[in-house]
Amino acid sequence: MTSSETIVIGGGHNGLVAAAALAKTGRKVLVLEAESEVGGAARTEEFAPGFRVSSIAHLLNRLHPDVVKALELDMHGLQCARADFMPSVALSKDGPPLVLHGAYGEVLTGASPSEQAAWKELRAQLLRYAGILKPFLSRRPPDLAGMSLLETASFGQAALALKKLGKEDMRDFLRVLLMNVADLLDEQLADIRLKGLLAFDATLGSHLGPRSPTSLLGLYYRLAGETGGAAGAQIQPQGGMGAVVAAIRAAAEKAGVTVLTSTPVARIIVEKGRAVGVALDTGEVLRARTIVSAINPATTFLDLVGPRQIDTGFVRKVKNVRMKGDAAKLNLALDRPPQFSGVDAAGHKGRLVIAPSPDHVERAFNPSKYGEFSPEPVMEITLPSLADPSLAPSGACVLSAVVQYAPYALKEGWDAGKPKFLKAIMAQLEAYAPGIGKSVVHAELLTPDDIETRYRMPGGHWHHGELQADHMLISRPVSGWSGYDTPIEGLFLAGAGSHPGGGVSGAPGLNAARRIIAMKG
Amino acid sequence: MAQSTRKKPVSKTVNAAVSARIAAQDHFRTLRLGTPFQPRIDALAKTQDWYNWAGYRAPHSLWDEELEYFAIRSQAALFDISPMTKYRIEGPDAEAFLDRVTLRDVTKLKPGRVHYTAWCDDEGFVLDDGTLFRLSPTRFRLCSQERHLPWLLDSAIGFDVTVEEETEAVAGLALQGPTSFAVLRDAGFASVERLKIFDLADFPHDGGTVGISRTGFTGDLGYELFVSADRALSLWDRLMAAGQLRGIRAIGYTALNRARLEAGLIVANADFTTAEHAIRADRLRMPDEIGLGFMIDLEKSHFNGRRAILDARAKRKLRHVLVGLEIEGNIPAEHAIVYHKKSQEVGLVSAAMWSPMAKRNIAIASLARPYGDTMVDDLWVEIYAMRELQYQKLMKRAKVVARPFIKLDRRTANPPADF
Repeated sequence: MTSSETIVIGGGHNGLVAAAALAKTGRKVLVLEAESEVGGAARTEEFAPGFRVSSIAHLLNRLHPDVVKALELDMHGLQCARADFMPSVALSKDGPPLVLHGAYGEVLTGASPSEQAAWKELRAQLLRYAGILKPFLSRRPPDLAGMSLLETASFGQAALALKKLGKEDMRDFLRVLLMNVADLLDEQLADIRLKGLLAFDATLGSHLGPRSPTSLLGLYYRLAGETGGAAGAQIQPQGGMGAVVAAIRAAAEKAGVTVLTSTPVARIIVEKGRAVGVALDTGEVLRARTIVSAINPATTFLDLVGPRQIDTGFVRKVKNVRMKGDAAKLNLALDRPPQFSGVDAAGHKGRLVIAPSPDHVERAFNPSKYGEFSPEPVMEITLPSLADPSLAPSGACVLSAVVQYAPYALKEGWDAGKPKFLKAIMAQLEAYAPGIGKSVVHAELLTPDDIETRYRMPGGHWHHGELQADHMLISRPVSGWSGYDTPIEGLFLAGAGSHPGGGVSGAPGLNAARRIIAMKG
Repeated sequence: MAQSTRKKPVSKTVNAAVSARIAAQDHFRTLRLGTPFQPRIDALAKTQDWYNWAGYRAPHSLWDEELEYFAIRSQAALFDISPMTKYRIEGPDAEAFLDRVTLRDVTKLKPGRVHYTAWCDDEGFVLDDGTLFRLSPTRFRLCSQERHLPWLLDSAIGFDVTVEEETEAVAGLALQGPTSFAVLRDAGFASVERLKIFDLADFPHDGGTVGISRTGFTGDLGYELFVSADRALSLWDRLMAAGQLRGIRAIGYTALNRARLEAGLIVANADFTTAEHAIRADRLRMPDEIGLGFMIDLEKSHFNGRRAILDARAKRKLRHVLVGLEIEGNIPAEHAIVYHKKSQEVGLVSAAMWSPMAKRNIAIASLARPYGDTMVDDLWVEIYAMRELQYQKLMKRAKVVARPFIKLDRRTANPPADF
């Protein structure tokens, strides 16, 4: 039995961020990772001989600037230059694509002048409103029961920012806040390609269609992220997402963190309401003053702590966190780069989106409500090896796509459904990049079922809990316990299941570390 | 009735389907359910004074409140407790499950024993109190005032245990009073004298069994009997026949309520508001605030509300206290306001009576701390006594006293006395 000051369960990016931030205060921190490699769903993995790809997350669009700063990630090899900003390309079957350049469409090409003007206005409005939510989406959620002076003050700041909008804008902000994204887009835009792209972005990673109430929040969430200081910008890190995690790990290790891989935790040991250590799969017991769980909250409480150590009401709340993923990941090894119709060379290095209209996204969503996959799925595609040739053999190409909708609980079961879904995806790809099918050397499709098993994400949900209004802020992961501390003394949550949520942001990890430091845990 | 207002049926099959549906919805015609003992109780109900106990038609009194009360204290009183909510809890993890749900240490409750306990929500507020019967190492019966199936089922997540409501399937009788043991013995329940207080055992009855425990809600010598609903009437008849010369009488709730007050026992949603019923935030009560703090066992393994209860104790967040009061004079102070120095409102009486056994004017009251806790002097109750259509306001001195208000040696005497 060994003793450590702080144990972090889970070496995903949030776990590593929390570990690094805690170690920087002089704490002795041990990270326990179940897999042979850290990084969770943000690794770079070989999926076919000579072909490497970002495992699940394949774009960096919301790594929090505070995380970059606190961990000095630029010193550890992370680069986010403006030149790396990727365009978003709304693919079209019967015409030229529409392209959002720079940081989320600073310039729009491929649309009519009037649409360009309308987009300029809408983009400014979206960023303005996302900016109001930004502080809420980075700090610890307000503690309604006992708000400190500092918290009240920062709340006041947000209110002030709202006030600064001016009366009309403030009213409009409140009017649209819980709207569905399709209705808002119909108010302001005409081009269905642009609307399709925005509808896709708003619903990516959640069990919502563009016409589902509150779906606009997803777009705000996306735009509250920034890269290289530009809101909405996205990059593809050299070396894939694994490189980002490597930088965070380097920062953590420099701060003195010890990382143990292939060390799954079987149990969190609780004595008299306090977490005192963990038991490993091997039976070994490690004791610590503070336990930080940077894995899924349901796994943490229902499996590692166990319902016997927590109250019934809390078990109820944890059980009610919705986490059935709808997103699949497709990795293709291609013998040559594909040619998407009408897309230029720069466009191929961007994010290619198949979401021809909001109606198309909505129709793709519909079957998922009833346990069926989309017959014509929507997806975002990247070709990472074009910008980083190290990811594929010379002349060959890697295609990485996030595909919706692939309901976790597929009625026919994924064993039967997976080949059919792959066929549907390939048919979509073929329509936009004729000939792509023939160039496939190897195809790997990860359904939510596969993601659950491989990355230990219940439901295969990359946010570890739906990112919808009822699972946000003070209700994330569950109401009453949104501040990273838990009903078990000495046990903290630090993963994407906690506020503000998923995506490679590091914000839950950093906030958790700050909370632990504040509580002298 | 519903038939006559219906439109002409389209076809015969539709007609049959509709009739079947209406028949299946017939429950609304019975506004209050009867218990398995209802035929016998109805036959004795001279006052026709009914109330609603958890959806059942239960008697306030049957023939005379006063005499029914004295049947408890001087003879043997038979009270139908079938409407009490009963859960059958069974499985290898039944003990661990109940230990997590309830306050007291269930690992210390041996098979064949009963204890009084309570359970709380996450915030440490009392959901209910009740009695827990350990029928075997892996089988329990939990009896309570309110219904809790969703809570119990959600509490069962992670435990190898089944929870089933058996309120309808199991009929219950309380046989209380000095001659209750003699009645049972004369009824042929061999070796029932071996039951010590809070013991329980099965006895043969009518080709089946009846579970008899030496428990009750009167502070007197007494027993509670649980039997399957189909053997309820034969049990009633067996007891009535055996008790004829021992003064056995069926009674209603008013008499029982007096006896329980003398015994200092509290009633959920009478003396405190249960957490799921409370609408106002300041009506919620922790065990320490209703005199159930003694149940809290911090040495046992985790139980619902533990964290909140510890926190409230540490941060002195306990705002109320439940006390027994002795009030000067002989006018019952029912629902009277309690004052400090005759002027400052500090609480409310939830139950009160002139106790014929204690020969004292007694009450149970909830007070706002520190009154009733560290400040016990100069307390008063204001009684509104109705005197021929005029209230006479009486300000009477109240003294905080220990509960129970009466202590009867016969309740615990072994072997039980043969009156």
